[in-house]
Amino acid sequence: MGLDIYKINPEFREIMPQEIIDLEEKATWSEKMQKPRGIKELPETKELLEEHSLCAGCPEAAALRYVLSALPKPEDTVIVNSTGCTSLMFPHIALHTVHSLFGNQNAVASGIKRVLDWRFPETEKDVVVLAGDGATVDIGLDYTLQSFFRQENITTICFDNEVYANTGGQESGMTAKGQVFKMAPTGKKFEKVPMWELATTSGCHYSVNMTASAPKAVAKAVREAILVAREIGPTYLNIYTPCILEIGLSANEGLGEMKDQDKDRFASYKHVSPEAEAFLKKCKEEGRL
Amino acid sequence: MSKRSDMTNTHNWSGQKLVSTDHLLFEAPRTKHFMTGSEVMKEAIKRCTVDASVSYPITPQSEAAHLIGELWAEGYVGVYFRGENEFGVMSEVAGCSMAGARTVTTTSGPGTLRAMENFAMWSGTRAPMQLCLMARGINSPLTIQPDNLEVQYLLETGMQIWYAENVQELFDMTIAAFTVAEKPDVHVPIVTVVDGFFVSHTREAVMLPDDDIALHPYDPYKAPLPPIDSEMPPGRFLRDPFVMKSNYISYATHASWQWEIRSAIERSRPYAEHYLKGLVHITGDEDAEVAFVACGTASNQSKEAQRELTKLGIKSKVIKLRTIRPFPEQELLEALKGVKHAFVPEFNVVGWLANEVRSKLYGKCDTEIVGGPRVGGGMSLPAEAILKEVMEKVNPGKGA
Repeated sequence: MGLDIYKINPEFREIMPQEIIDLEEKATWSEKMQKPRGIKELPETKELLEEHSLCAGCPEAAALRYVLSALPKPEDTVIVNSTGCTSLMFPHIALHTVHSLFGNQNAVASGIKRVLDWRFPETEKDVVVLAGDGATVDIGLDYTLQSFFRQENITTICFDNEVYANTGGQESGMTAKGQVFKMAPTGKKFEKVPMWELATTSGCHYSVNMTASAPKAVAKAVREAILVAREIGPTYLNIYTPCILEIGLSANEGLGEMKDQDKDRFASYKHVSPEAEAFLKKCKEEGRL
Repeated sequence: MSKRSDMTNTHNWSGQKLVSTDHLLFEAPRTKHFMTGSEVMKEAIKRCTVDASVSYPITPQSEAAHLIGELWAEGYVGVYFRGENEFGVMSEVAGCSMAGARTVTTTSGPGTLRAMENFAMWSGTRAPMQLCLMARGINSPLTIQPDNLEVQYLLETGMQIWYAENVQELFDMTIAAFTVAEKPDVHVPIVTVVDGFFVSHTREAVMLPDDDIALHPYDPYKAPLPPIDSEMPPGRFLRDPFVMKSNYISYATHASWQWEIRSAIERSRPYAEHYLKGLVHITGDEDAEVAFVACGTASNQSKEAQRELTKLGIKSKVIKLRTIRPFPEQELLEALKGVKHAFVPEFNVVGWLANEVRSKLYGKCDTEIVGGPRVGGGMSLPAEAILKEVMEKVNPGKGA
């Protein structure tokens, strides 16, 4: 069914808000596209994110727009979320999304993915986890890693802002050593958790550490990660989306911060398993990338 | 492995003929078997066209969880795997249920508390899965004694709670539980409780219908909330947290939603009455002045005490509660008419059932509610302990 659920009942068309009509008429659904979706369509088409309720200039909001623009098949994509700043955006996403508890996102996604494969064996249904670093690496680490061990066919995207932002700026496992945050009043005592490396050793077929400074690069990683997860096994994206509020930057300084970190804590890391590499090559030849 | 697409209008994916719950429970011919609770759990699940189950080891429910795995290997259950711990498992089954699967899992004692945060989320998302709780009490000290303390923690999670006395009831309740939980006007999760060991490990005679028939599959498109499968409008949709909107409407919605879940449990009453043949079962002397209010194995022990009291010339009756949520208040009030002393024998130390009975009946009946005896997981609640409690009340100072 997929795309059909966005078709508006003609009886209600008159009273529908414009953004809902736009979803039917002007959004980039994979079924209607000749080429893979991407950020290039953002200026001209209806986005799957309708505004958002994050702080002005928050890089997380930009990153979410890139992610949504690059989903290979949004009409058959379920996004599982967790508690935090990301959950503030979820009511604004025009897809089936789940917010369940704080930290259990990869467990919920495992159940959803397995049942969708059971119920719809003929349809490619993608399940994407999108959560912050507290949810992914601290409270939910067990469930994140266990879903990798079990080789669940899901993509996990961590919006790593290196802090518990929504609760007021506390240290997380992803905070850099020495950084002063709440609950670490004399500075963090241990190193930033190398989650992208843990993902690799835990069985992810595709693991990337990057910032959201380059929209096209984010879109490419999202597309590749989801296709690999669909066909081969778990994939992980760690994307730096700084909390400008907690590190004292202005609304227009997020991009600069990400660019700085491209050369530092978020220097490019990319692991692709041999199976995933062969598969991605095939996808490219077939025009799926 | 089976494929769901093998299902036809008349048969499920494992080739069993689809029948109504009434047929399976009340009409299909039955034959006698000799089985443990764990084994009968497998027989019940086998006849329920179950899509998904996730398991984790903990005594005494492990065997039931293994046997569901065997059903998966035999092609009766669609999705099955071992989760990482009970918190993970209860989240995984939540995902299964949200994605439109008829879902079951099992747990015991400490696992229940480890998973706790999930249960309120299950009911909040109106996920109609079944949890079979094989009660064993809660550490510390480490216990696998007969105890059902963990049930107290589930009382206000927004789930239906049924309590089976024996192996036969476990079989019938498991089938009825899916049916009632999935009614569109109910559609909240359900816990079927049995006492660990006494029911899970005890072999009893049990009457079973043939295994070539099974329940019709769960239809997620009749649910009050759309399943998370990208197959049903609205496309723009969030399963729960209205709090994200941060305005008056969000608070009002949150409050009304919580009332709605409690109302959904209330709406399960007529269905539970039908499939369980009453929310309470009464045995003994109708005009008794002494009554026992109990559930599970405690009601079995109470029946033994009731027979002993008859020999002593004291009339008594046992009021067995089959549902705790919804609580059978009217039925209990009716059954307590003319009763002077009602005893609530329990395996747990806190007396959660006595507290329930007291709070629900407060100001509505003159019966004295005596909370006890309680064995606190220390022993098997012998009839003598129950008799002693009764005799001290009806014949003070003279003993049994």
